[in-house]
Amino acid sequence: MNDTLIAIFIGTGTFFCLVAAIGVARMPDIYMRLSAASKASTLGTGFILLAVALFFNSTAVTGKIVAIIAFTLLTAPVAAHMLGRAAYFSGEPLWKKSVRDELGSGGEWFRHKDSTTERPDDPQPTIPDTVSNEAPGNKPYESKSK
Amino acid sequence: MTLADYVSRIILPLLGVGLVLTLYRILRGPSLPDRVVALDLTATFIIAISAVYSIASGQPSYLDAAVVLALITFLGTVAFAYYLHRRGGNE
Repeated sequence: MNDTLIAIFIGTGTFFCLVAAIGVARMPDIYMRLSAASKASTLGTGFILLAVALFFNSTAVTGKIVAIIAFTLLTAPVAAHMLGRAAYFSGEPLWKKSVRDELGSGGEWFRHKDSTTERPDDPQPTIPDTVSNEAPGNKPYESKSK
Repeated sequence: MTLADYVSRIILPLLGVGLVLTLYRILRGPSLPDRVVALDLTATFIIAISAVYSIASGQPSYLDAAVVLALITFLGTVAFAYYLHRRGGNE
């Protein structure tokens, strides 16, 4: 009974990890790859570690595994957010069929607000050149704060 | 079929296939952020593989490697993101 539960958990975790790997290999865009990699792999690793905790069934191992799961759940979204933001502001293009770019087309996000050494008063939002927001029937996002 | 057999005959090869897919993205990735994403996923796969291998071998010591890797990977990814952010400002 316990072995069956462990086998099911390991199988589920491996499935999600494999889905993350296929997503990273097949998705057309870095943002989609990032989404696939961060979320699915967190869930898959959590399932596998849970199965390991059930298998060993001791306090020391369970403590380690709770630490790993908690740390992964805390840090994976932060790392993915930082990586996506850095990729966007270093000019990574969106997929050509993407329909909306809310970060580039509205709001107060300027390129590298913290790294400009000259022209600190130039409020010019520099959208990456390859990013266009002209999908048919889709108006650019208008910021209310302007 | 015992659990160790199931793990070492089915689960570990599947995780190896996933590792090869992320390696493909590391080698082919058109830009540096793609490679960083794939490297992050590779570290997560190694955490999963060491956890599974601790079942296959029956020794819980392999989980220590998983703990350390989970701690180090975050720092590495954040450092890469910071580097990309700074590098993008100079272009």
